Amino acid sequence: MNAFPTSASADAERPAGHRTVTPSADPANPPMSAVGTARTRVEGPGKVTGSVRYAADEPMQDLAFGWVVTSTVTRGRIRDIDISAVEGMPGVLGVIDHRNAPRLNLEAGSFFGPDGGMHLLQNDEVPHSGRPIALVVAETMEQARSAAAALRVTYDEEPHDVNFSLEHPAARPATSFFGEDATVGDVDAELAASAVVVDERYRTPEEHGAAMEPHSATAWWEDERLQVIDSNQGPFLVAMTVATLFSLDPAQVRVRAPHVGGGFGSKSAGCGPQLVLAVMATTTLGRPVRVTLTRSQVFQTVSMRPATDQRVRIGADADGRLRAIDHASAFEVSELADYLENCTELSNTLYAASAIRTRRTAVPVDILPPYSVRGPGATPGSFALESAMDEVAERLRMDPLELRLRNEPTVGPVSGLPFSRRNLVACLREGARRFGWVTRDHRPRTRREGRLLVGTGMAATSFGAGALPSSASITAETDGTFTVAIGASDIGTGARTALSAVAAEALRVDPEQIRLLIADSDLGPAWSAGGSRGTTSWSWAITEAAAELRSQLGDATLPLTVSFDTTESLGELPPMERHSYSAVFSEVTVDPATGEVRVRRLLGMFAVGRVINPLLARSQLVGGMIMGLSMALHEEGVRDPATGRHVNADFAGYHIAAHADVPDIEADFVPDYEPGDPSGIKGVGEIGTVGTAAAIANAVWHATGLRQRTLPIRLDRVLEERVGAENSATRCDLR
Amino acid sequence: MTDDIRSEILLHVNGRTHRLSVDNRRTLLDALREGMGHTGPKKGCDRGQCGACTVLLDGRRVVSCLTLAVAADGAEVTTVEGLADDGELRPLQQAFIQLDGFQCGYCTPGQLCSAIGMLAEHAAGWPSAVTADISPDGPAPELDAGEVRERMSGNLCRCGAYPSIVRAVLETASREEVTR
Repeated sequence: MNAFPTSASADAERPAGHRTVTPSADPANPPMSAVGTARTRVEGPGKVTGSVRYAADEPMQDLAFGWVVTSTVTRGRIRDIDISAVEGMPGVLGVIDHRNAPRLNLEAGSFFGPDGGMHLLQNDEVPHSGRPIALVVAETMEQARSAAAALRVTYDEEPHDVNFSLEHPAARPATSFFGEDATVGDVDAELAASAVVVDERYRTPEEHGAAMEPHSATAWWEDERLQVIDSNQGPFLVAMTVATLFSLDPAQVRVRAPHVGGGFGSKSAGCGPQLVLAVMATTTLGRPVRVTLTRSQVFQTVSMRPATDQRVRIGADADGRLRAIDHASAFEVSELADYLENCTELSNTLYAASAIRTRRTAVPVDILPPYSVRGPGATPGSFALESAMDEVAERLRMDPLELRLRNEPTVGPVSGLPFSRRNLVACLREGARRFGWVTRDHRPRTRREGRLLVGTGMAATSFGAGALPSSASITAETDGTFTVAIGASDIGTGARTALSAVAAEALRVDPEQIRLLIADSDLGPAWSAGGSRGTTSWSWAITEAAAELRSQLGDATLPLTVSFDTTESLGELPPMERHSYSAVFSEVTVDPATGEVRVRRLLGMFAVGRVINPLLARSQLVGGMIMGLSMALHEEGVRDPATGRHVNADFAGYHIAAHADVPDIEADFVPDYEPGDPSGIKGVGEIGTVGTAAAIANAVWHATGLRQRTLPIRLDRVLEERVGAENSATRCDLR
Repeated sequence: MTDDIRSEILLHVNGRTHRLSVDNRRTLLDALREGMGHTGPKKGCDRGQCGACTVLLDGRRVVSCLTLAVAADGAEVTTVEGLADDGELRPLQQAFIQLDGFQCGYCTPGQLCSAIGMLAEHAAGWPSAVTADISPDGPAPELDAGEVRERMSGNLCRCGAYPSIVRAVLETASREEVTR
């Protein structure tokens, strides 16, 4: 346990004292290193006393409440919205729909292009079920909700299609926004020459970020500026999107996201429906308006991970050397917005093989636009690739750990680029040692405890590391403290604590002398908490600004402020394969009579660069692994093909792991460093999730002898009496 | 429909008495948050599925989103804001900070109140679904990790702070059961 003092004060984000120090302290003798030390969260006291404010908590004078009305049909046109019954209802201030809503700029979107998911209330078309079609605004929440329920909407329904598969006739090549498909060597010839070939299909369902805080936005106009408090992962990027969407001068828009109750990608897609509608309402009604999505609306109106359907073919020699990896992946998209679920990412970089081919396919169906969820692409892709690797080991009767070790590449197998620092082997070996992998009997269905079958499994994984342009400014104050301003957001990552440590190290002072300002678009351009690139991007800007400030301090008159934008420094970085690595090991029990799978042990070893704060980094990795466990066993957004609707849009229907599902989990680090980053860091937000589902699915195979190629590993897919009825599990050859 | 269906109620929240006129449709959660400025309890689902709104109602843990404010008339309510004693954090709150029993913190008010209520249930000898011996004259169940996980499963945490939460509860259980 660390010795960092804990203050009961909720005001812990300020410097603890105003001790005067010499800002340019002796660089040879910095204070005890802030980076690498376990420190508790600076906002911890506020979080355990309920005093920190999330988007829906901000007190506001004259606040009106908006209630979102969503479509009950999946495709068609709105014939009429009859507001007559609603207008006279107590407290109702107005109804906004496509007939009176402010016009939006239909070019607004994400970096994939225009995003129709944001272009709400612009016409009478219904493109998917649960589409927001109106907002009812009233003096109180109860009045708004009651009026929304009374709104009469009629539709002209049209046929819909939500039946996604790899063979769908509308399938088309996916966007090459993040690079072309791989074609290295002759896959077909190498497969033909292989001693064993695995050729299997793997499927993952729609999965939701399901952050505990439902999306909420409060918007109002103040002195010709649009003021917004919103739950999102990057206030600067959201402010830019709002400006584009509403055709405003970017300087007119200020977005704050003081404390955010989780994101996992669900608060990263430009501008959420809560925010679009809140801005429309305050602009129309001239009052501050708060729009908070219900939990069911979060499921139906906020982007999710698309369902995927993947075919993986791997050919290997008898000694385990891979000859070919052929990974074809299809995923759902909406016609409203383009997107890439880059499932083949790891197949390009994780293993050496003579031939590698990837093909990515987008299938447009009538759903809301999918977008990133924790470890986009890599997570469902890892499930397919790492399950297939386990199947190769099975056919070769080889230790799956040994199979990975035999296929370590020396350069990027597709890119040909060197690795900046590849530490997968260290993760595999140390993880195996701690887990006790050496005693494993690799044959399936060999361990029993009473009626339970017991198995173990593992997976290797990587996740891309890097930084994106951000700016920071630092002021040396007259009292010896430093104010660090950066448009970062803390969605639970511990950004406040981590960035204070980074700034302290860069300035050679104690973290207590840092006053950190974040979560405000007025603080300047900054990347969001996304892509495991928040901390790397923000730290880079802070480190450079600190170096510049220190060089100017000398005899300068205080206060002195310097700013730094990393756009140019990032451009000078030589291209390399830069990744975090991990190895995940799991032990499960399976009750074949009930189909119940329980994870008994879960261990992850991680190479994630230099660790800024081991306490908080471990929490993120453990949490990521729990999300992977949840994905393996519980999570499935179910869409009814007959109605096109999401039929389990709440926490009773869409299960996420609860206390009772989660064992004690071990996550630890191997020494690592990213040479291309000024602080040596890589990012810890997503890699915990990426490899976990395959490690668990492989353990279920080891316990039962049955492959689970479709997630989640539901009871009915494990129950032995029903094997083969509707899933892809096949009884293996019991040796 | 008319909107004149309101009721006058009394609520004793964290030791202070509030006289309120509430819409009969208003939940205890919304009365606390919107009517009294107690935004500590959180609305995660508004249908009793996540536990973020958990408060203590006359000492028992309840999901305040499924409790109508009018039904709590006259009750003693303790929210997360009322757990600390005059600014002094309780052992459980300190353990949450020290062991990092949260990330985003949104479920934390509910986890804390739920844990305090759960410890009281345990101290009163209540069994859970994983208690081996549930006979009326059986021994008081030992509070181990399995018991804590089972009893806390109504409080979801999407960040996955579960292992640290369980550790924090186990480390402070004896002290919390005394201070309660």
